[in-house]
Amino acid sequence: MSAERTREDGRPTGRKGPGEGERPTGKERPGKGERPADGSRAGESMGTADGSRAGEGKGAADRERTGGGRRPAGIAGLTAGRAVPRKYVPVLVTAGLFVAMFAAGGVRYESFATGQVVLNVFIDNAFLLVVAVGMTFVILAGGIDLSVGAVVALSTMISASLVTNQGWPPLVVIPLVLAVGAALGLAMGCIIHYFEIQPFIVTLAGMFLARGLCYVIGTESISITDETYTALAQARVELPGGMFVSPSVVIALAVVLVAAYVLHYTRLGRNVYATGGSEQSALLMGLPVARTKITVYTVSGLCSALGGVLLSFYMLSGYGLHAVGMELDAIAAVVIGGTLLTGGSGYLLGTVLGVLVLGLIQTIISFEGTLSSWWTKIFIGLLLLAFILLQRLISARRPT
Amino acid sequence: MNTVLRHRLFWPAVVLAALLLTNLLLTDNFFTVQMRDGHLYGSLIDIVRFGAPLILVALGMTLVIATGGIDLSVGSVVAISGALACLQISGMDDQGSVSGVVTAAGLALGLSLVLGVWNGFLVAGIGIQPIIATLILMVAGRGLAQLVTDGQIITVNSGPYKLIGGGYWLTLPFGIIIVLVVLALTAVLTRRLALGLLIESVGGNAEASRLAGIRSRGVIIMVYTFAALCAGIAGLMISSNVSSADGNNAGLWIELDAILAVVIGGTSLAGGRFSLGGTVLGALIIQTLTTTIYSVGVPPETTLLFKALVVTVVCLLQSPAFREKVFHRRRRPLRAPSTAEEKAQVPA
Repeated sequence: MSAERTREDGRPTGRKGPGEGERPTGKERPGKGERPADGSRAGESMGTADGSRAGEGKGAADRERTGGGRRPAGIAGLTAGRAVPRKYVPVLVTAGLFVAMFAAGGVRYESFATGQVVLNVFIDNAFLLVVAVGMTFVILAGGIDLSVGAVVALSTMISASLVTNQGWPPLVVIPLVLAVGAALGLAMGCIIHYFEIQPFIVTLAGMFLARGLCYVIGTESISITDETYTALAQARVELPGGMFVSPSVVIALAVVLVAAYVLHYTRLGRNVYATGGSEQSALLMGLPVARTKITVYTVSGLCSALGGVLLSFYMLSGYGLHAVGMELDAIAAVVIGGTLLTGGSGYLLGTVLGVLVLGLIQTIISFEGTLSSWWTKIFIGLLLLAFILLQRLISARRPT
Repeated sequence: MNTVLRHRLFWPAVVLAALLLTNLLLTDNFFTVQMRDGHLYGSLIDIVRFGAPLILVALGMTLVIATGGIDLSVGSVVAISGALACLQISGMDDQGSVSGVVTAAGLALGLSLVLGVWNGFLVAGIGIQPIIATLILMVAGRGLAQLVTDGQIITVNSGPYKLIGGGYWLTLPFGIIIVLVVLALTAVLTRRLALGLLIESVGGNAEASRLAGIRSRGVIIMVYTFAALCAGIAGLMISSNVSSADGNNAGLWIELDAILAVVIGGTSLAGGRFSLGGTVLGALIIQTLTTTIYSVGVPPETTLLFKALVVTVVCLLQSPAFREKVFHRRRRPLRAPSTAEEKAQVPA
């Protein structure tokens, strides 16, 4: 039964007909979609899980059809209690939080409530968005990647030194940087999987390695004066209404779309969720756990390298101290976006919202002017706490 | 011979010995310990002295990791503790007053205890995964430290405070004495009393040990409190050594170094067993590596690169899977299944 469902789940468009009524439950990866964080996954019987969802099924089905209507239904659902499947609640809360923060900013500051402010959040955080997308893959698969910030820095450093000091053309440098990031991720993934060392430690070593390599290349900040880079840094993609974004945002959004498709509609995505849900079960089901685990670290390395490329457009420099602590920002974004750190449950949309919330905090603090930068950290900490408590609450209320 | 080879501390000790030997070959008078002005001087003493904060933090981390947890917030606690103590001292009329310094240190350690209880409460009381629960304080804590210092670097000029991190007592650097005392206390508490056993049983399986009648929540809260207290002392030491508190950079990445020290020392991140001696060895390896790099004349920027290499090598050597695949050794029959991921979720 469960295998059948999973297969059905893998299809981009659900099948119509008699299955209509049970599609929402079919949509949930059995035993993975919304697992309690307290590890009682084994004790969860299929029967009770289905039973508790029976009431929610209809609402979810309706929303599936309307597609874009998720957000309003969700906020109404929060008050209505049972109308929303619990697995959507964290994402919806994050969305609600973003809207509330934006509204509060609009009331408090002049010229805050414009579309450009939101777009600026995107512009300033395009690289973080890409990195967080990679991190989402890793965390969904039940791992963690601490090396991302260092890989970002390494990418900027390699780009800057090759482009500025060696005079290489950007068209050669950028693919090379991406390849280096992916190779580093691949190597870490292989060590993690084949030698059974905790991801935490391996990626920590990867972080030291990447930062060390940065300093080997150079200890000073190298500025990039290449025409292609400066052109990309200054380019504006005009949007209707006099608004604009940078090309980096376009790239980042493309990455998000591709990643969302891969995670939610392909076999690889399903394997990622399954591995994160329970590696043992995934293995017993015959899923390619090894390939999946190694792939997610490769994806994360690739995303970090791409994030580094975007950062080098943004900063126009390479420096070993770029993106210090970015791994934590990325993890925080993923958590605030409602993804369980134990893996197996979460949405890419949540990560995007998480990045936006983090960016909006910084925007508000810069608008406030008097609040010093350390408040950003304190607010992010408080937000993390709030969202983790929320996750606990949601998983604790589940019948187990 | 085989028992020696299989001893948990064998490989870390080999690495440390190799590092020291490298120094012997490359640096003159490396092993000379001199007596000057009634103080002991020498490279070896320096390694322990500058490594003292790391050893302390790693000791606390060992117990936390033994319960299957992890504490990412120690770096922030280091910063907060140093910041608070320096703030308090800089506000005193007479910065040289011993009672004032003791009060300041007491305040800082008291706050560290509170932060530790907070971490323990999140982990044991609410049941958040340790890595996340402490991530909160790691992120927010640096903000707090900057808030305490108002974003500035507070400098103090206090003789008694300077003693903690930079002074000498009984011919030894005071920091080393603190480390020895804390180490001895920890060793007695965990190895002479049942406490160590309780910690390991909670790390093995929190739920099972609770059912067996162990107050696992209490144990967990205690180890996080201990880790924060150690971090607090380390914070005093670091800030006193440079006579200033820097909320932004004090203790930066020390949590990672501490975790490395613990792992190098042979304590499994999955919890369930720990080795204090291994941790001290691990911390010494990290510090010796840093010193070696400085003394050999390799650009200090490459420290991280060497650290990465050593970490990878030690972890690979310790990994049963690696040894099996590379040395074609049979697995030990009673090898524990890798259930780290499962364990991490047990709320206590």
